[in-house]
Amino acid sequence: MPSVIEVTDLRKSYGGRAVVDGVSFAVEEGEIFGILGPNGAGKTTTVECVEGLRVPDGGRVRVTGLDPVAEHEKTARVLGAQLQQSELQPKLTVREALELYASFYDSPLDWAPLAERLGLADKLATRFGKLSGGQQQRLFIALALIGNPRVVVLDELTTGLDPRARRDTWELIEDVRDRGVTVLLVTHFMEEAQRLCDRIAVIDKGRVAALDTPAGLIRRSAGATVISFTPSAPLDDQALAALPALASVESKDGRITLSGTDETVNAVITLLARHRITAHQLRVVDATLDDAFLDLTKGEAV
Amino acid sequence: MNTAVLRTEFRLFRREPGAVFWVFLFPTLLLVILGSIPSFRDADKSLGGLRPVDAYVPIAVLIALIMSGVQTLPQALTGYRERGILRRMRLTPVQPSALLSAQMAVQGTVALGSALLALVVGRLAFDVRLPKQPGGYLLALLLAAAAALALGSVVSALSRTTKIASAIGSAVFFPMMFCAGVWIPVRSMPHAMSRVVQLTPFGAAARALDQAAAGHWPGWDHLGVLTAWAVLLTVGAARWFRWE
Repeated sequence: MPSVIEVTDLRKSYGGRAVVDGVSFAVEEGEIFGILGPNGAGKTTTVECVEGLRVPDGGRVRVTGLDPVAEHEKTARVLGAQLQQSELQPKLTVREALELYASFYDSPLDWAPLAERLGLADKLATRFGKLSGGQQQRLFIALALIGNPRVVVLDELTTGLDPRARRDTWELIEDVRDRGVTVLLVTHFMEEAQRLCDRIAVIDKGRVAALDTPAGLIRRSAGATVISFTPSAPLDDQALAALPALASVESKDGRITLSGTDETVNAVITLLARHRITAHQLRVVDATLDDAFLDLTKGEAV
Repeated sequence: MNTAVLRTEFRLFRREPGAVFWVFLFPTLLLVILGSIPSFRDADKSLGGLRPVDAYVPIAVLIALIMSGVQTLPQALTGYRERGILRRMRLTPVQPSALLSAQMAVQGTVALGSALLALVVGRLAFDVRLPKQPGGYLLALLLAAAAALALGSVVSALSRTTKIASAIGSAVFFPMMFCAGVWIPVRSMPHAMSRVVQLTPFGAAARALDQAAAGHWPGWDHLGVLTAWAVLLTVGAARWFRWE
């Protein structure tokens, strides 16, 4: 089965500077695909090419087999999108906006339950200009979904939402995916990416730095597992440094912090047993997507 | 043209008291104020025996077109671009051109409604005769409306922000009002001045409306000038307008 979104060797430059420099990925039907990256990495430009808002300088973009630029109107029928920044007419009410946008599509969703779901039910008579930032954001999420699209592109979905609304929105997106809609999600919230995404492309300096499941990204980063303990007797530095798959060692106030993989964990336990040293307050934690992200985009964080 | 967008834009226009006042009410209000001055109701030789209030009806009609064309239309269009409303519209199967054409239709309709109001109030309150050549009057009016809307689109095309649009709008506004004859009716202007003014869209429109009001078919020279402006400005707007 062909992919729902195919991006092949996409290139786009502004004023001679390559913002997107050979990005390729494919999004499969029914998955939530994340695009993660530091500011200015080319995430938004990439999705704008998918939405047909920008004309690529090179490469190929297909959405359900359609060229989003040449077949823009057809693409707009299958793709719903929420932009990072946009507004509506300030004196348009929420209800009017929902009804108007619903009228643009052949088989739109019923807007009333959608508004209810996004916590806009008591704001229907409020004008766009009087809504709070979070309410405007929720309205744009509703407008992205109202056409009952096969693909939704969400750019900075939960920016400006409070933690409660953010969690509600995540649930909504999971429901949308469960109905078979494919979701392309641009985010810089690691928690959001880890919770929602089936696969993530980490984009850095206009290129795909890594593409994997969230767990896969964490696993492939050098310090996926962090072990810390306070040894009952001093440990030989050389023995520690010789541990397999070790990414880093730190020793501070008698407490040792190692990062590595499961292999490192096993080896350190063997080492301690051999020397009959007790590990006080032993903690083994998995690195988060945060750590993996920082590792993958090293030196590029803004 | 998308009817849902058109209905929405009409509704939104009604929510702008400023636009409703200046485009729909102000021209007639000015006519009423001027018509209330007794000397404006005496026949004037320099106006070919017409009373000033008679001469001011076509001018009031043109003020409505100028208000919508160079004041409210460019503000609305530039605002839609500046706020990313056109951009959001590009993500729907209905393209942003639907929003632009709806906005023009609304502005044009309200301006023509305002013209009708001026004609009716002139007739009822000051006994100003309705145009004796209605076909010619309507043709001149529609051409003038087309030129006014095209002018507004050019202003919007050249303005990156609503602030610039309002500055350019004001700069264009007063010369256009002058050409329409707000301060001196075009027919009373010195010969050389009136020759130049008649080459401008609203100068030509003023003469064409005068002629049709008096019962003549408007001169083809005036209609030709209006058509040329409408075409030229439309081409310019189409070429220079940016969606983002």
